Amino acid sequence: MSRPDTVADAAATPGLRQPHAALGLTDAEYASIVTQLGRRPTDSELAIYSVMWSEHCSYKSSRVHLRQFADKAPPTTALLAGIGDNAGVVDVGQGYAVTFKIESHNHPSYVEPFQGAATGVGGIVRDILAMGARPVAVMDALRFGPADAPDTRRVLPGVVGGISFYGNCLGLPNIGGELVFDPCYSGNPLVNALCLGVMRHADLKLAQASGPGNKVVLFGSPTGPDGIGGASVLASASFGTGDASGERAKRPSVQVGDPFMEKLLIECCLELYAAGVVVAIQDLGAAGIACATTELAAAGQAGMAVSLDAVPLRDRGLTPPEILMSESQERMMAVTEPADLDQFIKICAKWDVPATVIGEVTPTGRLEVSWHGDLVVDIPPAGAADGPLYERPMRRPASQDVLRGDDPATLPRPGTGAELRADLLAIAGSASGADKAWVTEQYDRDVRGNTVLGTPHDAGVLRVDEESFLGVAIATDGNGRYCLLDPYSGTQLALAEAYRNVAASGGRPLAVTNCLNFGSPEDPAVMWQFAESVRGLADGCLALGIPVTGGNVSFYNQTGAEAIQPTPVVGVLGVLEDVRKRLPSGFGAEGEPVVLLGDTAGEFGGSLWAHVVHGHLGGRPPAVDLQADQRLAAVLTAGADAGLLAAAHDLSDGGLALALAECCLTGANRAAPPGAEGGTGCVLTLPAGPAAADPFTWLFSESAGRALAVLRPGAEAEFAALCAEHGVPATALGATGGQALEVTGLFAIPVTELSAVHRRTLPALFG
Amino acid sequence: MLSRTPLTLKVGIVTFPGSLDDADASRAVARAGGTPIPLWHGDRDLRGVDAVILPGGFSYGDYLRCGAIARFAPVMAELIPAANAGLPVLGICNGFQVLCEAHLLPGALTRNTGLHFVNRDVRIRIENNRTGWTSGYAPGEVITVVLKSGVGAYAADQQTLADLDTSGLVVARYADGSPNGSAGDIAGIAGAAGNVVGLMPHPEHAIDPLTGPGTGGLKFFSSILTPAAAA
Repeated sequence: MSRPDTVADAAATPGLRQPHAALGLTDAEYASIVTQLGRRPTDSELAIYSVMWSEHCSYKSSRVHLRQFADKAPPTTALLAGIGDNAGVVDVGQGYAVTFKIESHNHPSYVEPFQGAATGVGGIVRDILAMGARPVAVMDALRFGPADAPDTRRVLPGVVGGISFYGNCLGLPNIGGELVFDPCYSGNPLVNALCLGVMRHADLKLAQASGPGNKVVLFGSPTGPDGIGGASVLASASFGTGDASGERAKRPSVQVGDPFMEKLLIECCLELYAAGVVVAIQDLGAAGIACATTELAAAGQAGMAVSLDAVPLRDRGLTPPEILMSESQERMMAVTEPADLDQFIKICAKWDVPATVIGEVTPTGRLEVSWHGDLVVDIPPAGAADGPLYERPMRRPASQDVLRGDDPATLPRPGTGAELRADLLAIAGSASGADKAWVTEQYDRDVRGNTVLGTPHDAGVLRVDEESFLGVAIATDGNGRYCLLDPYSGTQLALAEAYRNVAASGGRPLAVTNCLNFGSPEDPAVMWQFAESVRGLADGCLALGIPVTGGNVSFYNQTGAEAIQPTPVVGVLGVLEDVRKRLPSGFGAEGEPVVLLGDTAGEFGGSLWAHVVHGHLGGRPPAVDLQADQRLAAVLTAGADAGLLAAAHDLSDGGLALALAECCLTGANRAAPPGAEGGTGCVLTLPAGPAAADPFTWLFSESAGRALAVLRPGAEAEFAALCAEHGVPATALGATGGQALEVTGLFAIPVTELSAVHRRTLPALFG
Repeated sequence: MLSRTPLTLKVGIVTFPGSLDDADASRAVARAGGTPIPLWHGDRDLRGVDAVILPGGFSYGDYLRCGAIARFAPVMAELIPAANAGLPVLGICNGFQVLCEAHLLPGALTRNTGLHFVNRDVRIRIENNRTGWTSGYAPGEVITVVLKSGVGAYAADQQTLADLDTSGLVVARYADGSPNGSAGDIAGIAGAAGNVVGLMPHPEHAIDPLTGPGTGGLKFFSSILTPAAAA
């Protein structure tokens, strides 16, 4: 093995240039590193800086915009106070706190769909675990290219299989998510994984190393050569003579997951927390040991001395930069007091989790890493952790006006009952509108026994406390078509939809997380989309009074010059004081009144109807009225609380037509599921009259701020009063019952036919 | 045994590394009125329990074969002879796989025909209510429980399948056809002595309409609490 590049070597050759460009660092960034260190970096240091200053770790292009989430944060009592950067912890009452976060694993999932998606689940679960919470549920927001494209047949089954394999083996229920198809995601699928954790207030853990003399413990899987992108480049660029580097470069850059080890890590960590032997903890995700040591030391304003010789390796040929950058999965790093070390190691042994002391906290303020007795890293951790900050140029593209001018009003519309019926079935059977059971049946929805609602209901609802029935609701939404037409209002529409979905399940919305998926930040048009999207989300959260608690940015989702549609995925968390009052999304008993809440206008820009029936995308997205959404949510949660509602379902893409179809097929109760003959139908009449919209508009418009409410018989007057009190327009449409989705005077679709059309699409495509 | 009142019956629930539905099995035992006792895979100790449940999950990550490693856990060294001596044992999902690997039940569980994990509410018909775990059911009673497994198709040679049929040892069959390719639509079987039962779908997830498809699974856990069942 080559002799390592030491700090002494670097001091002796302070001006020797390093291959920074191959690691993605610009000349200016490299110069800044040299200034920080007063000499050239060693290869290990360069490895650390390259990953810490990558877009993924440093948010260097997005931070100037993301500040708005703090600057415009609404006043709230929902966040646990005094917790600084870890403010993703939401107080849900009764001494419970919930933490939730969504993160992208887009690029790995395209390269190696199964492992990419699997390790995406693993990563977000460790994030939540490192907060001190027990992970209790996962969700996935997925976007793929056209459903019938050959590459989608490669990517989708792999992604779903990977999520199924990892999440199921981990014992976490998968309680919701999204599945959308659009040509813009060809070559750039989006795999956004969300995890939700629950803890007692007192159990919050902080990721900062403090207390000189405390031990740094690495535990979990041994470190191998997986997920090393940059380090291989470094190895071949600086020592590129041996065969080893070339051989290593051929290894997969996507990590391989072991959910069994992760399950053990979860139980082990929770027992470590309960024993009170953890001072600080951090998961090892992107950039592995490099990131964990740097961030732990930087956050604790301490120093840290680490010996890489102590790191258990799967491959003894690894070099120091490779050990630092390895992204081997299922690893955690903790700081523990020396007096607690024995107990720490003993608990790890009980769970068969290997644990090794690799260093200790020092008062030096430096991160010092040694290898075979030589110092290979000596840096100020804060300097590496903070990273550069860019204000990228942004420019609204000229094409935006053309796009917005392409009004869907000119598209031929269905007029007769038969035409309306045909368009409804076309949407219900389209890949994006179809039943998702082919995917969701591969996920364990019920493990842990607290799942009150899962897919296909509007939100996932979990019981948190078995005695008091306290629970939480969570939903994610995003609509790339709306965001392409107008990233500001498109993002607010995603926020409003997730907010509405939580309320339609009976939950009171409390907090927001997000995963912002965009093209290249170096493209001014993409940067403009991003800035508009963030501004829209920050303004929207302020208007709705719910804070952003955390999030993730994924740039470079593009192939060549072709970026994906801007796709912010927004997650909203809500609380239910009593989960027994949750609202399902489907029709159950017969004879229950069906009421449409909210105003319907002729809004078809970016609609599913225009997309499916005409392949059209243009015009303006539906108008946003967040105050109307607040009023709607108040009616839904109050109606649920007062027992006036049997069910509720949010209206979004596909409008009233798709919402009704879903209500007929979803059912209200697992104990009395829709049978083989189908679900419960309904008989409805679309309002007529001078002020009313035409049937096409009623059925296919995607006006925001709307939901279907299914009333308990006899509750009509009280519910009408509730709507009037909150100023929410309510239109009685008819009642549940029968074996068809019947719109008086226009069409009737037997539920069996609807079911066949809705349910056959994905199995026919994916087997 | 006969002198005990039902409420004092202790039901052990084994946690292997990778067990996932152990808390759910405990909840079901408690809901039925029994006392759940946690049993640790590494301890050769059944802690004086009156019956044992091997819960669902992915013990040892399903490495090698589902249940193949768990079957060698220290606790199994106590459980296997106890089961052979008449201790009531219920294996659910992964627990069923462990029982087959331990040769306490004949046959094996194989990959679902679709090669996908399947999570679905399924109706099963109780074919044999003479076991300690099913005595509370009427013969032919149909209940809805949760199937969630990727390796859930029961398989055995023709002679074994015929023997299970003629001896009445099939405990439950899928009422609407097999969702996973299980031979003879078999959802669960009993050993020759009737005290050991393996079931692929999860009755412990059907004990409360709030969190599952009704309460149809609860009688698996209440049946065993009757003195006659555990005797």
